This record gives sequence, C-alpha cells and structure tokens, in this order.
Amino acid sequence: MPFEISKELVRSDFIKKIEELSGEEIGACYHCGKCAAGCPAVDTMDLLPNQIIRAIQFGDIEVLKTSNTPWICASCNMCYVRCPRGIDLCSIMEAVRQMTLRENLDHIDIRVYTDELATLPPIAVVSAQRKLSS
Amino acid sequence: MKEIIYYPGCTLKNTAKNFEDSAIACAEALGFKLRELEDWYCCGTVYSLTSDDLMHHIATVRNLLRVQEEGEERLTTLCAMCYNTIKRSSKRINENEDDREKINSFMYEEENDYQGNVDIIHYLEILRDEIGFDKIKEKVKKPLKNLKLAPYYGCLLLRPLEVAIDNPDSPSILEDLITVMGAEVAYFPFKNECCGAYETVSEVDFVVERARNIIGNAKRNGADALIVSCPLCAFNLDNRQKNVSLKYTDFEGIPVLYFTEALALALGLDPEVCHFDLHYQSIEELVKEIEQ
Repeated sequence: MPFEISKELVRSDFIKKIEELSGEEIGACYHCGKCAAGCPAVDTMDLLPNQIIRAIQFGDIEVLKTSNTPWICASCNMCYVRCPRGIDLCSIMEAVRQMTLRENLDHIDIRVYTDELATLPPIAVVSAQRKLSS
Repeated sequence: MKEIIYYPGCTLKNTAKNFEDSAIACAEALGFKLRELEDWYCCGTVYSLTSDDLMHHIATVRNLLRVQEEGEERLTTLCAMCYNTIKRSSKRINENEDDREKINSFMYEEENDYQGNVDIIHYLEILRDEIGFDKIKEKVKKPLKNLKLAPYYGCLLLRPLEVAIDNPDSPSILEDLITVMGAEVAYFPFKNECCGAYETVSEVDFVVERARNIIGNAKRNGADALIVSCPLCAFNLDNRQKNVSLKYTDFEGIPVLYFTEALALALGLDPEVCHFDLHYQSIEELVKEIEQ
C-alpha cells in the first residue's frame, strides 16, 4: 500500500505520545535489523520489530493500530540487549499496546479461557491481563 | 544460622510449591534460612514499561517497605518474574527521588515512608556469591552422575542488562551449579530464548512452537532433563508438552526440574520436596537413578 509521509502524521499527538510513554528516541534506530534477527517470536509477527519503529518514524498510525507484532512481543528484552543504539524496543512495543488499551479496547477477554484458567500458574493469568487488557 | 528475608510470590504457593519447598530445604542444608516476608503483596508479575505508570510500582514498593520495617536492606526471591519485576521497580524507585516521593505520598496511610534502601538478590546469587559453589560441592552427597542437564535461563534473570545476574548472552551460573552437582552440562544454545511467557494464556499454539523448538534443541544435544528457574518457563516447557504431543505425534518429551529440585536431590534431601505430582513429565525415573 502506498503511504504518503506528511508532517502532520510524523508530528501527530499519537506519535508524540508513543515517544513520551516509551521514553525512547525513535529517530535513533537505523534499521540494522539485529532486533528482528534475535527475536524468538518473529515468525509469528506480521511485521518485523524494526518495521514497527519504521511505522512510528513515518507516522503510519494505521499500521501501528492493526499489526499483531506489539501483541506477540512478550518483552523478553533480547532486542534491547543486542541493539547497537541501546533502544529499549520492549518499551516502545508497550507504548504502542497502551495506545490501544488506554482507549478501553482490550486485546483479550480472560473469561474466554475459563477451561484452562484453573490449571495455569497465577503469574501467567495476572501478567496476560496486565499486558493485554486495560 | 544466617537469615535472609524471602519473598515467595503467588505461584510458589500454588503450581510451583515444589520450587519453594526444595529451595527452603536446600537453604537449610547449606546453612542459611529463608524467612518469609510478613504481609507480602503480589509484585505485579510484569514490570510496567511506560514512563507515566507509577501506580503499578506501588505493590512492589509496599513489599520493599515491609522489608525496611523489619530493619533489613535485602530481600531474596526465587521466581524469575518476581525477581525481574521487583528488581527493576526497586532500581527505578531507589534511584529516582521524585518517583519515590510521589509513591510515598500516595501511600499516606502507611506509618513509614519508603527510604529507597532495599535491594533484591536472586537465590542463585546467594548460592554463587555467598555460599560459593566450592562449598556446595563439599555438601553434595548423591552426585547426579550419568545425567546430562540442559540449563534453561529464559529471559528474566538475564535481561535487561541492569538487572542481569550473569552475562546476558553467555551466562554460566546454572552451568557451574550443574557441574558441582556432579552432572554433565548439555550444550544448549536455546538457553536464553523466551518460552512465550504469558502468551500461554491466549496464544497456546505460539507457545507450543516455542516449547517444541527449545526442548528439541535440548534433546538433540543429548539432555536428560531441563533445569529451569522460573515457574512460567516450567509451565510452558513442562505442562505444554501435552499440547506439543497433540500437535506433533513424534514429539519426545523431557523432564523439567527447578534448579533447587536438582540441588535437593544432589544434597541427598528427601525427594518429597520435589512434589512429583506437580510435574507433567514424570521425574520419578530420574530420581530413582539418582537415589540408587
């Protein structure tokens, strides 16, 4: 899909908020791809981790709202320890998730998983709710 | 006997009771006592990564305040999720006076303010830095001979760098422990790969693939069992073997042990501390082999 880069989108409140929540400088990424190379979940993601950063750099809000990548990321920090620019990509993914969750749009409804809930360790249930619902 | 305050967390009182019981028994056998923190709260399980989300650090700070009120400055834990969450929160709150002030004023009903002096260390760090692996070696009564163990670290003990208990890309603490217990260490490049964590709730298939890759790698390198240090890794790599077998009929399972369970067996403690019924993949054969 062609995408027109505009000053309005690149400097939109949405993008500024992601920078503010994550505390990271998005422009620092030069897309070497080490995050994508090391990410253990990359084969399940529709976009590579650095492509999420690209979408933020270009202000492509639509992609950020629809990609499954931020929801698959479990903040394992492999990308963060390997990033030559020291970017905490897990915090950026968290910020992108929060932009949806803070609109009261949950990614999961824990009640759907009642069959298994009793057998899951409490840390799994609590962390899934903390990360994937508002 | 040296005492250290210990934070169990929810899962060690639940599906990982074997982790807690074996750790307490090992500690006593090695000459230190874990004293459970009174009136502890859930740590939150995951560290809040957003800059404005101070609210989610409050549970952690209350735990640290309880430690301070007991006149101590150190806390230990076993669960890797608790370790990572409390360690990262404590670093943020200890090093940032503004955040600490805000949280203290929010907790106005508490008698005392949190001063920012409590540090958290992992049980493995006590074994390495305070007891010492040489000393542990002297206390091993039943060396785990003929066993090849794959050390699985997962993410939270090693990353990010500021809370890592060892080198994030090439750790050795579990390998050293396995060696002093008398077992052989399996070459295991998947040792610090994520198991899928909490995605196990809603994305079972994703975790099935993770578990199959990680276990397959350990098996190919001749491991007899996986050694883990996190109750969520244990669930994803042990209990989820059931789901892996349903999807891949040729899948061969492998027993999963907490490092404290292996240590308890090596120290010649009662195998009951391992709660055989809390394992999906039976560990009875392994235990029999060690006990012989």
